[in-house]
Amino acid sequence: MALTTYVDAIRQGISEEMERDDNVFVLGEDVGIYGGAFKVTHGLLEKFGETRVIDTPISESAIIGAAIGAAMMGLRPIAEMQFADFISCAFDQITNFAAKCRYRWGAGIPIVVRAPSGGGIHGGPFHSQNPEMHFVHTPGLKVVCPSTAYDAKGLLKAAIRDADPVIYFEHKYLYRRIKEELPTGDFVVPIGKAALRRKGSDISVITYGAMVYVALDAAKELEKEGIDIEVLDLRSLLPFDREAVLETVKRTNKVILLHEDTRIGGFAGELAAVISEEAFDYLDGPIRRITAPDTPVPFSPPMEEYFLPQVSDVLRVARELHAY
Amino acid sequence: MNAKTVDPHTLGTGQRPALPPKETQLKILYFMKVVRELENRIERKLYRQGKIVGGVYVGRGQEAIAVGSCIDLRADDVVCPSHRDMGAFLIRGMSLRTIIAQYMGKKTGATKGKDSNMHMGSLEHNLVAFISMLGDSIPVAAGIGLSFKMRGQDRVVVCSFGDGATSRGDWHEGLNMASVMKCPVVFVCNNNQYAYSTPLERQMAVENVADRAPAYGMPGEIVDGNDVLAVWDASQRAITYARGGHGPSLIECKTFRMTGHSAHDDAGYVPQELFDYWETRDPIRRLERTLIQQNALTDAGIAEMQKGIHQEIDEAIAIAEKDPYPDPEDCLRDVYFEE
Repeated sequence: MALTTYVDAIRQGISEEMERDDNVFVLGEDVGIYGGAFKVTHGLLEKFGETRVIDTPISESAIIGAAIGAAMMGLRPIAEMQFADFISCAFDQITNFAAKCRYRWGAGIPIVVRAPSGGGIHGGPFHSQNPEMHFVHTPGLKVVCPSTAYDAKGLLKAAIRDADPVIYFEHKYLYRRIKEELPTGDFVVPIGKAALRRKGSDISVITYGAMVYVALDAAKELEKEGIDIEVLDLRSLLPFDREAVLETVKRTNKVILLHEDTRIGGFAGELAAVISEEAFDYLDGPIRRITAPDTPVPFSPPMEEYFLPQVSDVLRVARELHAY
Repeated sequence: MNAKTVDPHTLGTGQRPALPPKETQLKILYFMKVVRELENRIERKLYRQGKIVGGVYVGRGQEAIAVGSCIDLRADDVVCPSHRDMGAFLIRGMSLRTIIAQYMGKKTGATKGKDSNMHMGSLEHNLVAFISMLGDSIPVAAGIGLSFKMRGQDRVVVCSFGDGATSRGDWHEGLNMASVMKCPVVFVCNNNQYAYSTPLERQMAVENVADRAPAYGMPGEIVDGNDVLAVWDASQRAITYARGGHGPSLIECKTFRMTGHSAHDDAGYVPQELFDYWETRDPIRRLERTLIQQNALTDAGIAEMQKGIHQEIDEAIAIAEKDPYPDPEDCLRDVYFEE
């Protein structure tokens, strides 16, 4: 039984889509001969040649702009931001150009922007960010955050085949820590569908990305105490699976919203609003958030550990909520 | 005031100006005159009558640039115009009614009421809608050119912008990337010497936009932007250069903005003598004089052309005025692909 890591799953997804459709190509900084800073595109240059695996200047805005132009002409570009943090340099092209073309003049922009995100690797303020909410707040974009190798591959394929721009946040911490057996044939994970990672009856933890594992680890501990945790992995943030969110809340009646992103304006705020608007009568306790604090991502390990939500945070909040 | 014509002969023969055939010259005159009349109506009549929604930005005095650079493109070439390039839209076949309806916020406008004035695009016409963040089209044009190269097509992109846009980072990133990747793009600068109220010398420390071309490893050429035949000539050489796989080039068209930035701006910050000087260089009258001198056209012929244009625009305005506004809930449509 061959296990596929998260990073290999992304590469497989790119490679299979490039084989399936000649219009798919890759561009970004150091994606060619070097195979990408995280080796996501390793081997693709040899396989597909420099016409379809393009090393670019250090120009994030032009990388996205060029992807937009190529997409307008019918190609399917996959643009890599070397780190998700650098996506800020391309913010204007993504949010003003790519996101609004279809709305303004009917020009679909089918680009995928791959953004290696997240902390836990001692990357400091500019190599650890989770900038998903900038894009979740931009109508016209889609935003996905896979947590498993299966989803990494399936969501990437869905993103490449999607008619609209998709920001694909791949969590750096998971690249080589997560592996699983993948089906051999072609499969797609639909954008906008959550996955129930653990069924439980007492408290729902709604989360995404690397925090799925924090939630699952906490659930194992809490099981010993007789607290039965349900874990819902959103997988997509824009659009998100509203039904799955409301269903889990209606089932357990208590909810913890967990993310690695900072607190104010984080996705938990939107979820809390939706839950209180549409499932208020089902709640048996306050909606609780567990997030990073509202600071930049600190560098030094003790500070970074403090910054990132930990299993112990979930244990504490779950116990409080269970006792409520 | 830099109207001097410098030709570094970097784009071809150096024998200039080559001239387009007479029928092309007449077509050029026609389009410049349509642009002038259309924008006069929009700015001086419809806008003042309150029939135009939002701002109005015209290219009075700059008509030669879009017309001269786009007139001889192929239908499968792509144009990325900027906000004083009305000629590009007309030459590519966008109808007067669609354009006027766009300015009125009507459902029949180029963006169905979703966006305003010059923000028009049409994949059918290979016209890319620019956005208010000027300079953003530069990398997009590079990407369009890249796609032609990847597919082995001999199509080209003409991408234009003003002098102000050349201060944006995207402009520099885009020119560099286009040159590194040898994308078939002709970059056309409408250097009208003012970006809103900011004169050129507060925009850049070099004398010419074209001075930057060598820094990106591409040919740059300065032309008199009010001489449409010179614009045509430089564009033809740049288009041939791009189509031949040599990569991008930059044409700087020296011109002058004969209005404020927009209809609400009286341009009180522009010395009157500049307007007076550039009035004598009006691109439409120059071509008319040339054609009359060459016996290709008579005063009566010009009057007849003008009359026809008036009539076309009258008809288009009449239709656009009767066109419906979008339904309010249309604002919810087309954010994403709809089956």
